Amino acid sequence: MGNNGTYSGVNKSGQKIVSPDYLLFEAPREKVFMTGSEAVKEAVKRASVDASVSYPITPQSEAAHLIGELWVEGYVGVYFRGESEFGVMSEVAGCSMAGARVITTTSGPGTLRAMENFPMWAGSRLPIQLVLMARGVNAPLTIQPDNLEISFLLDTGVMIWHAENAQELFDMILAGFVVAEKTDVHVPIITAIDGFFISHTRESIMIPPEDIALPPYNPYTSPTPIIDAEIAPGRYIKDPFVMKSNYISYATHASWQWEVRAAIERSRPYAKHYLKGLIEEYGDPEAELVFVASGTAASQAKEATRMLLDEGIKAKVVKVKSIRPFPHQELLEATKNAKYIMVPEFNIVGWLEREVRAAFYGKSNATIIGTPRVAGGMTMPPEIIYKDALKILGKEVSYVL
Amino acid sequence: MATLGPYHFSPYPTAIVEGVLTPPPGKGLLYNEIVDEEVAMREAAKEMLTRENPTIFVGPLIIYAWNEEAKEMAKLVREMAEVLNAKIIPMVDYRPKYPKINPEVEINPNHPNLTIWHNNIKACIFIGVHCHFANIALKIIRAETDCLTIAMCAKMGHEDAMITVRDQHPEDVRKFIEIAKQVKKELGK
Repeated sequence: MGNNGTYSGVNKSGQKIVSPDYLLFEAPREKVFMTGSEAVKEAVKRASVDASVSYPITPQSEAAHLIGELWVEGYVGVYFRGESEFGVMSEVAGCSMAGARVITTTSGPGTLRAMENFPMWAGSRLPIQLVLMARGVNAPLTIQPDNLEISFLLDTGVMIWHAENAQELFDMILAGFVVAEKTDVHVPIITAIDGFFISHTRESIMIPPEDIALPPYNPYTSPTPIIDAEIAPGRYIKDPFVMKSNYISYATHASWQWEVRAAIERSRPYAKHYLKGLIEEYGDPEAELVFVASGTAASQAKEATRMLLDEGIKAKVVKVKSIRPFPHQELLEATKNAKYIMVPEFNIVGWLEREVRAAFYGKSNATIIGTPRVAGGMTMPPEIIYKDALKILGKEVSYVL
Repeated sequence: MATLGPYHFSPYPTAIVEGVLTPPPGKGLLYNEIVDEEVAMREAAKEMLTRENPTIFVGPLIIYAWNEEAKEMAKLVREMAEVLNAKIIPMVDYRPKYPKINPEVEINPNHPNLTIWHNNIKACIFIGVHCHFANIALKIIRAETDCLTIAMCAKMGHEDAMITVRDQHPEDVRKFIEIAKQVKKELGK
């Protein structure tokens, strides 16, 4: 990078290298009509990606396929199909350890099949990006959208951002690399969407020109040494200090785990800049009824807010963009006038409600209600949110559901 | 357990739990306060000049001459050690050393407290250590010793060190050496 913050030169694909701020905030944008999967392709095209590994599982198969097309077109350095989701997540780890910028995608049971790798990525400080197109995970088998699987990822030591729509997904993928690769962060980033609702629907999004791209990843900025003749892949993973039963070994592993969590926390200022805040507020700032939601549940809550306004009821939505790190302070500030906090979710366990309760315990007098909640691929009509809100407020329900 | 710094400001939990983040560019960290870099440098020099057995822990980014800056930094570290009357103990690599390390000649990020205990070190500077390994070592030192830790980082700094300066390249280290000389004079040493 030059002294004035500008970049010069081209990447391996021949695209002009520009600063992340230019790419995300300043470059002219053109409106296009595309699916979420196609938005993934467009983001990857501008991300100077070195490697990607894929394995088919609905609904992410199309995004993985489109990244393969980028390899054909010369935008991605290495691309191949793994032998399973576990294989894919292990193989991208190898690529990342070797100093490559890596992206892959998965969904539903594939996420769980690959699960061991996510804390391994985090502990190894690998800034891999996983686009998670969430779907149901439990038997009987389903391919329907449901973000239950995010709850399984919450404590793996990765950053998790939750996009509401294809536009956010596009921008989060690009910002995700930038933040994840900061030296003091350098942990994996999962950019999640609610599968099908975003991946397979088409919407207008604004994208910058395709002849510009992010600066390539510089592995020498890593907080750990990149591999060489002395440091074989996973060398520090295989040195089993925790298998030695003594207090010093325990202390080492405890410190290592804290360090991974600390790294996620250090991402806050960067994420605030590139995501333009860890939360987004919509509706009446002073409202006593507040919906806290992420992903497509935020869209539905916004519509319910509009319906409630027709009834003369002021409400607001606080959309959580970043799940890890979790925006405790921002949420407390945004809900300081709240009497009722409703947490609508597209999953049965209510993982966001748990997060909100933990964040607000002893710090807020608002009543927290984990409703409505849909699962199994159901949509969440805003009328349901509206109806629940009216009930909580003791009002008559006038809409016909 | 930890004796320096505010209550709970020690590993398990760590500084980040108290909301302490790495300093912004141009600034340093003095415990949990963001201060001007020069203030942090001055305090670092004072601690190194007044505490027992001050030691500079120098890591692979400097002790292996892998680029021109590393070579220059190595010379500056020697000069810094002379000004601060400090010992130099290298962090040769990051592999756990079993059955034991020799704490008189090296420090290891997985059990740094052994070196500090053995040599009764009360103040130290980490320099040239990859950030991840500096951070795990700093957390353990904070938990297990009463050693004051200072991190001179070429990147974003270390919130688990008690004094941190960031973006430290040869010109910055030269500035620190000059400040250390002034502080030494003021202390009459």
